[in-house]
Amino acid sequence: MIKRHFDRRSFLKGTAAGLVGLSASGLLTRSAFAADITVGILYVGPRDDFGWNQAHAVAAAALKEVPGVTVVEEENVPETVSVSQSMESMINLDGASLIFATSFGYYKPFVLEMAAKYPDVQFRHAAPLWTDADPKNAGSYFGYLDQAHYVDGIAAGLSTTTNKLGFVAAKPIGTVLRNINSFTLGVKKVNPAATVQVIFTGEWSMPVREAEAANALIDAGCDVLTCHVDGPKVVIETAEGRGIKTCGHNASQAPLAPKGFITGAEYKWSTIYKDYAAKVGAGEALPNFIGGGFDKDFVQSTAYGAGATEAAIAAADTARAEVTAGKPIFVGPISKQDGSALVAAGATLDNYDPALDQTDYLIEGVVAR
Amino acid sequence: MAEASIEPTARQGLMYSEYLDRFRRSSEFVVIPLLALVASAALFSLFLMLVGKSPVEFFSLVWRGGFGTGFSWQNTLVRASPLIFAALCVAIPARLGMVVIGGEGALILGGFAAGAIAIPLVPIASNVLVMPAMFLAAAIAGGVWIGFVGWLRHYRGINETISSLLLFYIATSVLNFFVEGALRDPSDPNKPSTAPIGAENMIGPIPGTSVHWGLAFGVIACLLVWVLMNRTTFGFAARLTGGNVRAAQGQGLPVGKLVLVSCALAGALAGIAGYFEVAAIHGKANASLIAGYGFTGILVSFLARHNPLAIIPVAIMLGGIASSGGLVQRRMDLPDATVLVLQGMMFLVLLVSETMYGRLPFFKPKGTT
Amino acid sequence: MGDDAGFTTVLFAMIAGAIRVSTPFLFVSLGECLTEKSGRINLGLEGTLVFGAMSAYAISYQTGSPWLGVVVAGIAGMMFGAIHGFICKLPKVNDIAVGIAMMLFGTGLAFFFGKAYIQPAAPRLPSISLGWWSDDPQVRQALDVNPLFLVGIVLAIVLWWGFRNTRLGLIVRTTGDSAPAALALGVNVNVVRFLATAVGGFFAGVGGAFLSLYYPGSWTEGLSSGQGLMAVALVIFARWNPLACFGAALLFGAAGALGPALQSIGISRGYHFFNAAPYLMTLAIMILSISPKRSLKGAPGELSITK
Repeated sequence: MIKRHFDRRSFLKGTAAGLVGLSASGLLTRSAFAADITVGILYVGPRDDFGWNQAHAVAAAALKEVPGVTVVEEENVPETVSVSQSMESMINLDGASLIFATSFGYYKPFVLEMAAKYPDVQFRHAAPLWTDADPKNAGSYFGYLDQAHYVDGIAAGLSTTTNKLGFVAAKPIGTVLRNINSFTLGVKKVNPAATVQVIFTGEWSMPVREAEAANALIDAGCDVLTCHVDGPKVVIETAEGRGIKTCGHNASQAPLAPKGFITGAEYKWSTIYKDYAAKVGAGEALPNFIGGGFDKDFVQSTAYGAGATEAAIAAADTARAEVTAGKPIFVGPISKQDGSALVAAGATLDNYDPALDQTDYLIEGVVAR
Repeated sequence: MAEASIEPTARQGLMYSEYLDRFRRSSEFVVIPLLALVASAALFSLFLMLVGKSPVEFFSLVWRGGFGTGFSWQNTLVRASPLIFAALCVAIPARLGMVVIGGEGALILGGFAAGAIAIPLVPIASNVLVMPAMFLAAAIAGGVWIGFVGWLRHYRGINETISSLLLFYIATSVLNFFVEGALRDPSDPNKPSTAPIGAENMIGPIPGTSVHWGLAFGVIACLLVWVLMNRTTFGFAARLTGGNVRAAQGQGLPVGKLVLVSCALAGALAGIAGYFEVAAIHGKANASLIAGYGFTGILVSFLARHNPLAIIPVAIMLGGIASSGGLVQRRMDLPDATVLVLQGMMFLVLLVSETMYGRLPFFKPKGTT
Repeated sequence: MGDDAGFTTVLFAMIAGAIRVSTPFLFVSLGECLTEKSGRINLGLEGTLVFGAMSAYAISYQTGSPWLGVVVAGIAGMMFGAIHGFICKLPKVNDIAVGIAMMLFGTGLAFFFGKAYIQPAAPRLPSISLGWWSDDPQVRQALDVNPLFLVGIVLAIVLWWGFRNTRLGLIVRTTGDSAPAALALGVNVNVVRFLATAVGGFFAGVGGAFLSLYYPGSWTEGLSSGQGLMAVALVIFARWNPLACFGAALLFGAAGALGPALQSIGISRGYHFFNAAPYLMTLAIMILSISPKRSLKGAPGELSITK
């Protein structure tokens, strides 16, 4: 049930650096997909949190428009046995044949168990976790948001006058650390003197502490703020209230900061969901693994707000075009905070390098101990 | 001695009315809670009608999602298991007149201790050793935690309701500190957890079901606690203390010891709930342990009027309501908080019904004085 | 960076944090203080706080007037307090249990009706600048206070004075210290406690309005994270003294600001425990300051929580 070791690195290498893992798709059962399909979606928080869950819910709403697709949704599903129960309930009582599990902790063990139990149902999970050792009716889809955070960093690095930028983060886990690192690389690229200060709140949603963190960063001299928490509303509004600039996260926060909003890193799950729905409608098998960034239109930058200067817009536009074309974000020399080398001088890491999925460090230039 | 002289017929009549009185008195403890349940259902129906939803649809969905099929029964029972333990953690101190609301903290730490002790043991020992070690570690951790609450209460005079709540917040910090730090499994960068305990150390389902063994242990625990509280001198002393501390002290009862032992036992049971979450569900300890079972357990215990035997059906009932919550959300477009509203109403109405005991004429003894 | 500059930054952040964060604690603890002075405990103020936050936000959004939102939050809180007071006056009912039930009920209702208001942006409460004398923009920012903060201070003083010097204060105190004595004075104990709980609920509702309409200033389901419950603990270590409640609320706010402040100067290790500082601090103060040997100074004699 629990796979302690899995070798996803070798798997990803075999599938064009993790872009589209179609290797196992031939094994998919097609019988699960009739013309009409019920899709079940589980969210870990409220659907309208201006963040992670909303990004998925917006895509789900787009999916509802597709003819023949019925969407059943459940929000605030905690990462416990509730996950299995909700999925089973959607399958048994609503006839769902495709499940989107949108929270990281849903995968192990819940999605894996359910996929083994219901081989005729397709399960797709929003994180790059699927390996070819996992059930073939399960799979992963993921948008590499760090690419958009890198573009945010470019714009933010050109927007600071104090050379101090702030990042309010929930927990020090891989995807969060990666976003912080890519944001910092963007900042450093255009403004080598700048540093990024991080405050971890310890919870995915804790509004008072998020506001305190934003204020503490501003008091410490930061004049551009961004964040990675489930609902960025509080951070953005607090920063706007104190008259500093912001970059968004997960969904568009532009309306929350009419003066200081620069741009934001947004998911575009609708690309993936609609693609799935189209494949289902055409009777095609679903891939087990899809992941991408700007190149596949899985992530996007929020339209520039009033806080974006001409220079920032120009630099960010260029950076986005470069990343879309495949230019690496991680260009050496880059050191980790402990001083060890991450990328040697002259070397680069591909934007989809599987090593980056294992990020458990912050890079030099980030202030946090 | 006087009884011996009573004529056989008269004696029979006396026995009959005695029996009837006893029946009247004990039926009071069944009839009033049932009436309270019906009343709260009526009140909630009114609430639903006010917001324009159909109570009939609601309750039939609750029935279908919680109890209507074998599948939903299993869901319900899986959910009932941690609730039983968490409720016992409230019920035992309640016999001493204490209101402990921080059982969630003991559950979290119990699960954490189970996961933590597995880290060094799993590589070197077989499951014959690992499983009991995890179980004991969980019970001890929970027992120490709530035992500390009892100690604070008796020896420092600190209110147990407040201290147990504070200790819940502290328990979450302890869990997160270690799980994100020293005891983190490096192979999973994105969901900070202790190392997986491995399939061989997981406690499986009760044969023929998908319900894990926690339910059976919970039912046994309820029976044992009932015996302890109603058939032993310990239980008698505890109830005496709950009735009047000063009188108990005056009679020379070891009140301090009673408080400590009861709280430690209560905490140990909550810790065992944490063990089952780790050993039957997650396979490792992480923040998913913080799922609110401890808080729902408070409701269960109060609805069961702190009677260990009544806890079993009440936990199943609330487990059923909880597991039908998703179906209600999907079918009726009601928010997930609907279940909270229902629980709150049930709790309030039940507390109001407390005032009825001994006041309804039907239940009053009518036989000899 | 653990130098003097860092220390100053943290100290400043804690003072600023105390001013920003303390208001809801202050209002809830004053409400609880009043209720407990009358001899009853209301653990349900967490639910009242959350419902107050939701209703204030909803009303502010619907009418465009945040102050109307504050008033409605107070009235909603008063109704919750009244329900609590009414149920507790029935015989054989445990006030702590009713509090837990009200917490569940209030939170449930707030989440139920609050769904529609997570997204919209409601007009927020204005702030008053008290930092005009300083040239430092940070100091000026820290002293941009909400009128409710000042109202809270005035309320604390009024309650403190009122308990000592007015007949009403005497009645409440007597009711809380000894129901028989209050009866002897011709006071209706139940009515006094009912009113004290209702008014206490009003304060807690206003505290909720501060959360959603000023700081952090939006309505989400995770808004309170136990602040209403903490305020109950706060009353105990403020020894049922309204002025001490103000001090305790400031201390709580400062402790809550500790974690983020330390991280802002680069100290992240063990941030979980810094974030838990308010809880650890409360527990430590209670352990150090409460003794089972003597009864608590200022504790109402009828209070179930101190018996």
